[in-house]
Amino acid sequence: MNGLLGRKIGMTQIFDDESNQVPVTVIQAGPCVVTQTKSLAKEGYDAIQIGFEEVPEKKNYRLTKPYIGHFKKKGLKPFKHLKEFRVKGLQFQVGQVFNLSPFKVGDYVDVIGISKGKGFQGVIKRHGKHGGPASHGSTLHRSTGSIGQRTSPGEVFKNMKLPGHMGVDRVTVRHLKVVKLRPEENLLFVRGAVPGANSDLLVVQNRAVDFEKRLSAGVEKEEKK
Amino acid sequence: MNIIAKLEKENLRQDLPQFQPGDTVRVSTRIKEGDKERVQIFEGVIIRLSGSGLRKTFTVRKISYGVGVERILPLHSPTIAKIEIVMRGKVRRAKLYYLRDLTGRKARLEEDEAFGLAAAKS
Repeated sequence: MNGLLGRKIGMTQIFDDESNQVPVTVIQAGPCVVTQTKSLAKEGYDAIQIGFEEVPEKKNYRLTKPYIGHFKKKGLKPFKHLKEFRVKGLQFQVGQVFNLSPFKVGDYVDVIGISKGKGFQGVIKRHGKHGGPASHGSTLHRSTGSIGQRTSPGEVFKNMKLPGHMGVDRVTVRHLKVVKLRPEENLLFVRGAVPGANSDLLVVQNRAVDFEKRLSAGVEKEEKK
Repeated sequence: MNIIAKLEKENLRQDLPQFQPGDTVRVSTRIKEGDKERVQIFEGVIIRLSGSGLRKTFTVRKISYGVGVERILPLHSPTIAKIEIVMRGKVRRAKLYYLRDLTGRKARLEEDEAFGLAAAKS
């Protein structure tokens, strides 16, 4: 368990201690609530399911009865988004809340999102091919060029890079540095760009080696209270 | 207000004077050399304001030893120590790119005297 669900808010820049301009993406991550725990004994593997963003009561009519029942059984409100994380040796309870508190400035995170749709694109934009000459009698400007040989092999190989639909893919951007945190507003500032349009759903995974330790430390503290 | 605008508003600098394209300004920038910090002054004409919020930048153009030099500076950067308006120019455009093609007397802007008088009164 090292991740949170969040939304991309947008990009801006901040000035660091040395007055450098740093491009940042603002992500509103969490709070996420544990909605289900899975165990090796019952489901065959250890995992937790977390929910993000409650569905307002007014919009409940859009949900199916089984979906509402999944939450009602545990005394929770229905969530818009669910995500499952594998856990190792840590104990979690249904209803437990995660937010940005175990995150630290200087951590590195991986951000997973769905890239913006680009529609049907040619090979230059889609695969970075070079295209042909613009002039000197050339008629091969932005086209594909040769896609194979002759009678042998007599087929176009699979995975040949051709024009087609681009975007709306699951994209992971790894190793983004956390430059600023605002836990009270659930805001996370990472250096650089993340996939998707503003307000799209993202998964933020912390890569810190001791992240699970920090998480469990937080859990114990809450129990002591 | 959206969150980005709100975040940017917190870091906007309020201590700088209002200026516009056509103004001749003297900009003091902090420059770090090793451990030492010194202030460098760059004086010239504002030929462009670009961007909005915290990302706003301005371009200052001057002629240095017969060569045109332009600096693009982030308006809200902490490296800017001070901006002084030397003269308000009378211009009819937001982007004064035409100054790049002019040299000598033609590249000078006429002073907006209304602004000069108001400044003298206050």
